[in-house]
Amino acid sequence: MENQPSPKKFLYWFDPRHRQPGTWAFILNRITALGLTFYLVLHLVVLSNLTKGAEGYDTFLEFARQPVVKFGELLVIAAGLIHGLNGLRVVLTTFGIGVTIQRQVFWMLMALAAIGTAAFAYVMFFVA
Amino acid sequence: MSHERWTVTFIVSRRKGEQPPHFQSFQLEVDPDEYVLDGVERIWAFHDRSLVFRHACHHSTCGACGMLVNGVEKLTCITPIRSVTSNGGKVKVEPLRNFPVISDLSVDMSTFYTRMEETCAPQVVPVRGSALPYEKGLFEQADPAYERLADCIECGCCISACPVAVTTPEYQGPAVLAAAQQAFSLTGHAGLLEKMDGADGVWRCHSGFECTAVCPSNVDPAWRIMDLRRKVIGRRIKRLFGLAK
Repeated sequence: MENQPSPKKFLYWFDPRHRQPGTWAFILNRITALGLTFYLVLHLVVLSNLTKGAEGYDTFLEFARQPVVKFGELLVIAAGLIHGLNGLRVVLTTFGIGVTIQRQVFWMLMALAAIGTAAFAYVMFFVA
Repeated sequence: MSHERWTVTFIVSRRKGEQPPHFQSFQLEVDPDEYVLDGVERIWAFHDRSLVFRHACHHSTCGACGMLVNGVEKLTCITPIRSVTSNGGKVKVEPLRNFPVISDLSVDMSTFYTRMEETCAPQVVPVRGSALPYEKGLFEQADPAYERLADCIECGCCISACPVAVTTPEYQGPAVLAAAQQAFSLTGHAGLLEKMDGADGVWRCHSGFECTAVCPSNVDPAWRIMDLRRKVIGRRIKRLFGLAK
């Protein structure tokens, strides 16, 4: 029956309509987890260039200096910060810390993630 | 009640037997301070006697009239029409999620009731100590002999709102876990912790806190789930050091 729970309904996990910050955190954690897993695979593929010797790896490093690749790396940093800080919130609430102020904790941690991402962006695009 | 009159379109989910579900619209003239359940009852009384829905007490005690109102779980007997729409607006009414639909707005809650019974949560609790710990001072001076009904009215709104319950039929769900927490707090029966310490118990919750957001009865299931987790962890640690069976 379509109104009953089913694993096939996993796309509902990503539906933010009529939801609270707690579910937005839940959605963000899933999206960033998928993104980080994809990055891990990509990272291993790139590292496999080492087997082609120095020339193969240098060619990749040249490619990695492009702004679009740097932006991709910034997304990885943002995903890591969001996922990690969100995870911290889940751990804290699991141990009964900040349960009644979990919304404020969520917004505070996401603000930290935004500041961290902005700091990394500045260093990547204007300093390094 | 005011003398104000609003024209509101109720968009009601209809489903009979194996027929595919569809929506049917009814235009009503309402007092905006009436409740959503009043509108649903008026549709049944004056427009379509085949509309099936559950209700009983009309004052948030029985928990029978939980429905999805404009996408959010509401106890319709205490949800003023004014709070969910405006004059000329729409009120979309659907059955609760995560329960099999019997007909139209009525859902089968038998599995949920069975799980609630299995927690042996008392329906009547001592007034003193019945408040949540963060509600400081509430009922502290109460006579120890006084009792009151437990807060949970078993409306199922929390299970409908839970983003985890939508994919996991085996998940006990927020109300059941909250009942187990309350029962354990009152009885100290360790079997409850054993029962809820599993993938379909306290550990399935992903901290969405939707249950607490929609609970019409101040149960705060999310807080109780987190408290139950602490108790489960505490018991595990004690067992590790041979301090508990």
